[in-house]
Formats: sequence, C-alpha cells, structure tokens
Amino acid sequence: MYLLRLALASLANRRFTAFLTAFAIALSVCLLLAVERVRTEARASFASTISGTDLIVGARSGSVNLLLYSVFRIGNATNNIRWDSFEHFANNKQVKWAIPISLGDSHRGYRVMGTTEAYFEHYQYGRQQHLELADGRPFATDPFEVVLGAEVAEALHYKLGDKLVLAHGVATVSLVKHDDKPFTVVGILKRTGTPVDRTLHISLGGMEAIHIDWHNGVPAQGAGRISADQARNMDLTPTAITAFMLGLNSKISTFALQREINEFRGEPMMAILPGVALQELWSLMGTAEKALFVISLFVVLTGLIGMLTAILTSLNERRREMAILRSVGARPWHVASLLVLEAFALALAGSVSGLALLYIGIAAAQGYVQANYGLYLPLSLPSTYEWTLLGGILCAALLMGTVPAWRAYRQSLSDGLSIRL
Amino acid sequence: MTQALIELSDLGFAWPGHEPLLDIPAFRLEPGETLFLKGPSGSGKTTLLGLLGGVQKPDRGSIRLLGQELAQLSAGARDRFRVDHTGYIFQQFNLLPFLSVRENVELPCHFSRLRAQRATQRHGSVDQAAATLLAHLGLKDPALLGRRADSLSIGQQQRVAAARALIGQPELVIADEPTSALDADAREAFIQLLFAECREAGASLLFVSHDQSLAPLFDRNLSLAELNRAAVAPEV
Repeated sequence: MYLLRLALASLANRRFTAFLTAFAIALSVCLLLAVERVRTEARASFASTISGTDLIVGARSGSVNLLLYSVFRIGNATNNIRWDSFEHFANNKQVKWAIPISLGDSHRGYRVMGTTEAYFEHYQYGRQQHLELADGRPFATDPFEVVLGAEVAEALHYKLGDKLVLAHGVATVSLVKHDDKPFTVVGILKRTGTPVDRTLHISLGGMEAIHIDWHNGVPAQGAGRISADQARNMDLTPTAITAFMLGLNSKISTFALQREINEFRGEPMMAILPGVALQELWSLMGTAEKALFVISLFVVLTGLIGMLTAILTSLNERRREMAILRSVGARPWHVASLLVLEAFALALAGSVSGLALLYIGIAAAQGYVQANYGLYLPLSLPSTYEWTLLGGILCAALLMGTVPAWRAYRQSLSDGLSIRL
Repeated sequence: MTQALIELSDLGFAWPGHEPLLDIPAFRLEPGETLFLKGPSGSGKTTLLGLLGGVQKPDRGSIRLLGQELAQLSAGARDRFRVDHTGYIFQQFNLLPFLSVRENVELPCHFSRLRAQRATQRHGSVDQAAATLLAHLGLKDPALLGRRADSLSIGQQQRVAAARALIGQPELVIADEPTSALDADAREAFIQLLFAECREAGASLLFVSHDQSLAPLFDRNLSLAELNRAAVAPEV
C-alpha cells in the first residue's frame, strides 16, 4: 500500500507527462470499445433485418444474391418468376402466409417495391416485430397509392397526400419516368432500422399499372398509351414477380418445402432460409470487421508503448529518486514494484477514462447514429466481453511495466545509495 | 574491550579491471563516537560507504556492523540490516521532492519495522517522532511539515535529511559531505545540531568530508589516506 502511495506521488510529480500518457491510453481504449460495440450491434441489427420468414423464394441464382435484392434492396434479380408459380406455392397447405414482391423501379435513389397487404400483416423484423404505421394507412384498392419507409419520408420531406412520380430502373438519376401515373402518399411507416425504411411500397396492381403500356422495356408512344384512369379499369393481376416470402404453419416442414420449391418443374426457382443466408452474408463481411478489430487492438498497443516509452525515458532522471529510496531502506524489488505499479496506475486511469469517454460519446451520438445508420447503440454497462478486453489491457500494461522495472532493478543494484552529481 | 560499532579488518576492494582501491588493515568505530573521516573525492570514500552499507561486497577481509558479519547475510538481509541500523545523510538533494517534509522524515519507518517500533516507543507515534526531531533541528513550524520537500531552502532540506537519518534511533549515522552546500556559519550550526541529536539518540556518527575546518569539532579525526594502504600518493 505504501508503495502505491509512493508511485502515485511520483506520478503526480510528473503530472503533465502522466496525464498525456493516460489520455493516449484512454483514447485507444475508447476506440477499441467503440469498435467492439458498433461491431456487436451491427451484427445484431444485421441478423434482425428479417425475422419470422421461413423461406425466401426467387429465380434460381445464388442465395446471397437473392437475400441481397429481396431483403436489402441491393443488386437486381437475374430473372423474374411467374405469377402462377407464386400462386402454386401460396396455396400449398403448409404455407400460412405468402408475400409476393416485385422490384425494379425507384424514386430518387430509393427502391420501389410492389407487394400486397400481406406484407404489412406478416412481414417481421428484429425480435418478431411487425411493421407499424406512423401515419396514414396501408395502400388499398386504388393502384396509385404508396406507403413510404421512414427514411424516405424524412429525407425527401413527404407527407400524407403528396404526389410523387416513380422512375423506371434503379439508377439514382433515371431518364425514364412514369410521370403519366403519379402516386399519392397514403401511409408512412415507423422507423425499423432495416432496409424497409429506405423503401417505397406500392401494390402489385400499381406496379402492373405503370408498366401496362410498356413493351420490351420502353413506354408506348402516342395512341398506344394508356392513361392512369384507363389503367384503373383494367385487370391488373401481374404476370410475373421478382420473389416471394413464405411463412409456414410448422417449422418442421421448412426443409421439405424448400426441397419441393428447388425441384419445382414449372420453372427454375430456389428457396433459401433467411437465417442461413444472413450468416453466409455476414461471414463475407467478417473480414472487414475483424480487420477493424485488429486495427483498434494495435492502437491500444501503440498507447501502451507510448506509456512504456514515457516511463523508460523518466528512469534516467529518476536515478536519484531510486538511490534515495535505497538509502532509506527500499530493496531493489521495491524499486521494481514501484515501476510496475506506475504502469498499472497509468493503464487503469486510461481505461477508466476511456470507458467514460465511450459513454459520453454514445450518449452524444446515439440519436444521430440511430437516425442515419439505423444502428441503436445502447448505454448499457460493459459486457463480460468488454470487461475481458479491459482486463487484457491492464494485464498487458502490467507485463510492459516489467521492462522498466527490470531496468530500474539493475540500475538500483549498480547505483547503490549514492548517485554522483 | 566493548563491541565496536564498525569493525573492519584486512579489507580489500577493487572495481573489476581496476587497481586495488581500498586496502584497510584495521578500522574501528566505537558506539557513541563521532568520527571525522577526511577523504578527497576519488579516494575511495564513496566505495567505502557502499561497503559499509552492504551495497558492495569486499574482495577480502571482513566488515562487522554491531558484531554482524555483513558478508554472511543475503543481499535482502543486508538491505534490511542497513535500514534497521544506519541512517544516511548525503550531500544535497537528499529528499524526495514530491513528498511532504513529514513523509520524507518517516520514509525509513516504512521500510524498517524496527525503526518504526523504536520511534513509536520513544515518542508515542511515528508522526510524533518526526515532529519532535524536526523541532529539535530547528524546524518548529507545524505548517512546514505538510509542505513539499522541495519548497524548503537547502539548509532546511539538510536538516530534514538529518531528521530522517535519526528517526527510529539507528545505531549509526553516516553523513557524506552533508554540509558542502551550506555556507560556513550554517555548517557549524548544522553539525552542532547533528551532534546533539546523535548524542541524544546514542548514535555514532561517521562524517565524511574533505573540509578540514570542521575536523576539530569531532571526538576523533582520521584521513582515509592514512587508513588505506592502497591510496596513491596524496595530491598536493
């Protein structure tokens, strides 16, 4: 205890260097913990992008590709599937509910998805959470109604009743617009922190209506054009969709149905389990995530090496201090312990302030991160894993403290009691 | 004949790769005696003090402190023996600047249980012992005790160092040029205070200096050159 008191008093005497050293450690600890927290939360939020869906079905391609376009609105389907194939499986007796989705259009960089009321009823994300409307109602029988994701509404400042025009294709700047058939905003969804926030939802009928006079990917000209009112009175049952999601009566039948879909003779299709595909996708990103972790570990190491340098540099100026301690009875191991304690005290101060910085940072950035990245960073107590990391840092500091300790030990043996001026 | 406090016999020492530095056939310091040992720098006096403190080991011969042969003790035991029985005062910058005056004086009591016990027995507590010693040495102001050691003048600092050497009544006080940073008047006053305190504590004083003018104040004075057969011809 007395040695600790001496170590702290000696550190306080060099408070400026000590403060800088501890601050460097604090920053590095804060970075490491922040990276860890974001990593953990990103993984959790990623895994909760979709839930409750047992199978996602699309044209035959790769499972990651299917997951990307059907759930994350990234990339495009290679092929459509026929409406009768969807009906075939939607009516399967194992199937509790089915959500068809039709993609391919956009609005100012946000994807448009055609679907049915079943989407609002059955689609789930996070911990079995259903979609909820912040305002308005789901689209109804009129084909030209749109329900906006939270981010779309916020970023583009849309409110109920606004009219908007969809663009053909998914490029941010689209040359071909469906400007003859504007849509009315009837509902705005609550924020989910998933790609749903960045999506415009229209009915399959609406999707069909805006393409009804198109042939081979270009709109009809002159007399071939069909107006919005004319379209309302036509049969808007789609002939093809992009993909569909299935909820089953019993999880046990998942694999049997998956097999049945994969072997469907009508057209080549594939069914994937969202959880498995999410895992696969995450493992692709795992490398970047690990790299980030390794980098922050090295930053911590740099902080600790800074501490080691500061202590080693001070050793020479402190020979007198050591000699005085020896003359009043401190044994060489006392002198060595002083330096280990010093390293430990610096690392402890750094870790504690790093933790404090982390919480201040989270408290300050929580709202912003949630709004912009859909990532909720909780102000929770450190997890067991985070405590382990902090413990590891302190152990590393103790280990590093043995270097100056050893040198001081040798020095105090050779210097003895007196140090020449 | 009573037991000597320090007894050297046939002591020889050389730093590795150097000429023999010390060759002392016999030397005694009696309990309660004050001895002035004259030694210019480079005469081996620091080495001799290192040997007496058990920091270095002699090549041959014996060093007995209070009848204990130092060479028979382990390094750790020598360290403990030293702090139990010897107080040191050095030339200058004796104190840990970041501790208070009181903490500096009490330092040996944290490393030697024996000295803490003796201080408590005699003065009631270690704190009380420090305050009393400092007061005897002319540092009476209680506010001074809590001040940082480096806020004191050099003369005051040396008196704090003396109090630290004396706390817990070690049998031997070794002073290595403690007055070299003081002016002539302060020097003699400091030595008188040191004498008085050593007498009171019953400690012997081994005072090493090159300043001959102080020699007459001591019970006995010796020159290291006379003592040491390995000494080169004294520089003129």
